[in-house]
Amino acid sequence: MTKLIILGFALFLIGFIAWWFFGNHDTAAVDAAVTETSQDVGVEVSGGYSPSTVVLKQGLPATLTFNRKDSSSCLEQVVFPDFGINEFLPQNKAYAIPIDTSKPGEYEYACGMNMFHGKVIIK
Amino acid sequence: MSIKNRFVFSLIVSLPLVIEMFTAPLGLMLPGGVWTMFLLTTAVMAISAGPFIQSAWAAFRHHHANMDTLVAIGTSTAYLYSLYAMLTGKAVFFESAAFVVTFILLGQYFEEKMKHSASGAVSKLVDLQAKDAEVLRNGELVKVPLAEVVVGDIIRVRPGQKIAVDGVITEGTSTIDESMVTGESMPVAKKAGDHVIGATMNSNGTFLFKASKVGNDTLLSQIVDMVKKAQTSHAPIQKTVDKVADIFVPAVLMTAIATFTIWYVFLDASLVSALLFAVSVVIIACPCALGIATPTALMVGTGRSAKMGILIKNGEVLEAANHVKTVVFDKTGTITEGHPQVTDIVGDEAIVLQLAANLESASEHPLATAILAKAKAQNLTITAAENFQAIEGKGVQATVDGQPAFIGNDKLVTDYQLDADLRAQMTRLQNEAKTVVLIGLADRIIGLIAIQDTPKASSAAAIAALKSHGLRTVMLTGDNDRVAAAIAEEVGIDTVIADVLPGDKANHVKALQAEGPVAFVGDGINDAPALTTADVGIAMGSGTDIAIESGGIILVKNDLMDVVRALELSQKTFSRIKLNLFWAFIYNTLGIPVAAGLFVAFGLSLSPELAGLGMALSSLSVVASSLLLNKSKLTSTPATQMA
Repeated sequence: MTKLIILGFALFLIGFIAWWFFGNHDTAAVDAAVTETSQDVGVEVSGGYSPSTVVLKQGLPATLTFNRKDSSSCLEQVVFPDFGINEFLPQNKAYAIPIDTSKPGEYEYACGMNMFHGKVIIK
Repeated sequence: MSIKNRFVFSLIVSLPLVIEMFTAPLGLMLPGGVWTMFLLTTAVMAISAGPFIQSAWAAFRHHHANMDTLVAIGTSTAYLYSLYAMLTGKAVFFESAAFVVTFILLGQYFEEKMKHSASGAVSKLVDLQAKDAEVLRNGELVKVPLAEVVVGDIIRVRPGQKIAVDGVITEGTSTIDESMVTGESMPVAKKAGDHVIGATMNSNGTFLFKASKVGNDTLLSQIVDMVKKAQTSHAPIQKTVDKVADIFVPAVLMTAIATFTIWYVFLDASLVSALLFAVSVVIIACPCALGIATPTALMVGTGRSAKMGILIKNGEVLEAANHVKTVVFDKTGTITEGHPQVTDIVGDEAIVLQLAANLESASEHPLATAILAKAKAQNLTITAAENFQAIEGKGVQATVDGQPAFIGNDKLVTDYQLDADLRAQMTRLQNEAKTVVLIGLADRIIGLIAIQDTPKASSAAAIAALKSHGLRTVMLTGDNDRVAAAIAEEVGIDTVIADVLPGDKANHVKALQAEGPVAFVGDGINDAPALTTADVGIAMGSGTDIAIESGGIILVKNDLMDVVRALELSQKTFSRIKLNLFWAFIYNTLGIPVAAGLFVAFGLSLSPELAGLGMALSSLSVVASSLLLNKSKLTSTPATQMA
């Protein structure tokens, strides 16, 4: 009987994992705080990037300010392949990375191991 | 707390557990027994493993799972079960949790150190930058920080000083060590009118130069920018890996649950051994090694090539270079020097050359440039001729010292007499693919000058090296068959395609692509279409002006041997990526079934501690293997290294 309960529980767990990780969980895009001369978005790095999608205005100098709360060695690096940015983020400190907003488009970025993803949309 | 401190802490705290593991069979237990083990492990879990659990939880809330998820779940399971076992008086395995945490932190500590050294190439390049410059301001030389130097500034460089920015020498001469930027090992002599490159080292002379490129426009900045982009780019081969990595961790968790259930429910294993199998699966499966296999190799490979003056644009180019079957060369400026030189003078050498120089003094034709250069080399004083008159399509005539004189191509034979001896000489020179210029005084042809664009010193060796790598070599040129064939023979090219119009180069490359991937080597100015059409475009820079946009690989030096090195380094890097991926995959695909207890019948199984050690070793071996790329030997000549 115990074994049947465990079997049932195991199947439930597997189902839950599939739903939790593979299911469609939408995240909202966040617009940058725009001033006359610049725009900035704060991105918290903790088990991923939140917000994971930011929208920047084309042509206005922009920075993404990362604040890494997470001690994972995965997330200590942030890589923007399109901009040639590869930076180590200090833990529990704001770290600003300037973004070239001259060309519109969608630019993906990721952690050093390419397991966590974020996106910058310039339009 | 840093990874290092967390590691040291867990190492020290786990030591009593290690000792107990060896002494327990002899009947020696830790004072306090299980309770001591419980307290020690609790300290490790709270302090060293705490961040894993935090990070795993943070990721979980974002519907993500990463390596920390696996470490956290694996060790927590072992810990919590042991707690339950302790309270109910069953066998515990606290030490598994403590050891796994220690091993994984050991792996991460080394991995972190090596990752920093793998990405060090760029900061080394940036460090090359001079800090300040002596600039002429209001008639006085003042020291200003590099950032304040503007285009047009006159800058003084003294012996042993670094050149601040790119520019052109206005006064003085010196020899300059450019090895740090171009990879060229020999110091280069420079005089007024020559280009200098920022961040290179002046050796013996003092000179003034005018800044032409500052800030982000300098050659060094462009190189840094390119290397950065290359190092963060993705090789196509990695795409599959990324897809796997995305679903890997949740899939492993499911596998672990299935492992536990099958052992416990269907195979009637004890709760402890079923749990141990599941924990081993979770620990061994961490996909770290897979994740870092490509980026670390790419970073080391592109960084090393940049030091040699070979800029590989991205991982895609690197992968393509690996498949190249045919290397196509542009002739002028690539295989040859690009500026014709006088090779032979027939007749009274002094008189013929003097006359020719006087006649050509005002001309800007490449052939005239060659003649004037030769005259200058022999210290002749040139007095311009007068009363110039063009001989349509044949040459020019003018008055030199009151006498009518002329110079022109072989079509002049129809107008003037050419004696048998000169005629024989002319045929001989033309058969050697040289361009022959006829020089005449009054009505008589008095001599011949042969001019040829000679191959670079390194061309023959480079082409031989490419052939020995099994590559087919092809030369494209707008020159006629005879000239092309002579050059091809001299340097050992397999196939010649002559009489190609500049616009048709790309079409010829396309035709050659039918037989396999093609690399095109050109000087990047008018070869842009061919460079982009080819699978791998290799642009040869002339030092200061790099046609960055046109090529996939940019050679800072004008040395054809770098084509060989570039292809070889690409191949080395790419095969290292494949090797890394192979080991990482093998490790994960073989490790999981072993950990799950599939081979227990054959006596093969993995305890959680061994799985933890294995995981640490796999990441380490991948990073170490990438770093070894820095040391791998190149068959093509010794590489010049950055100081």
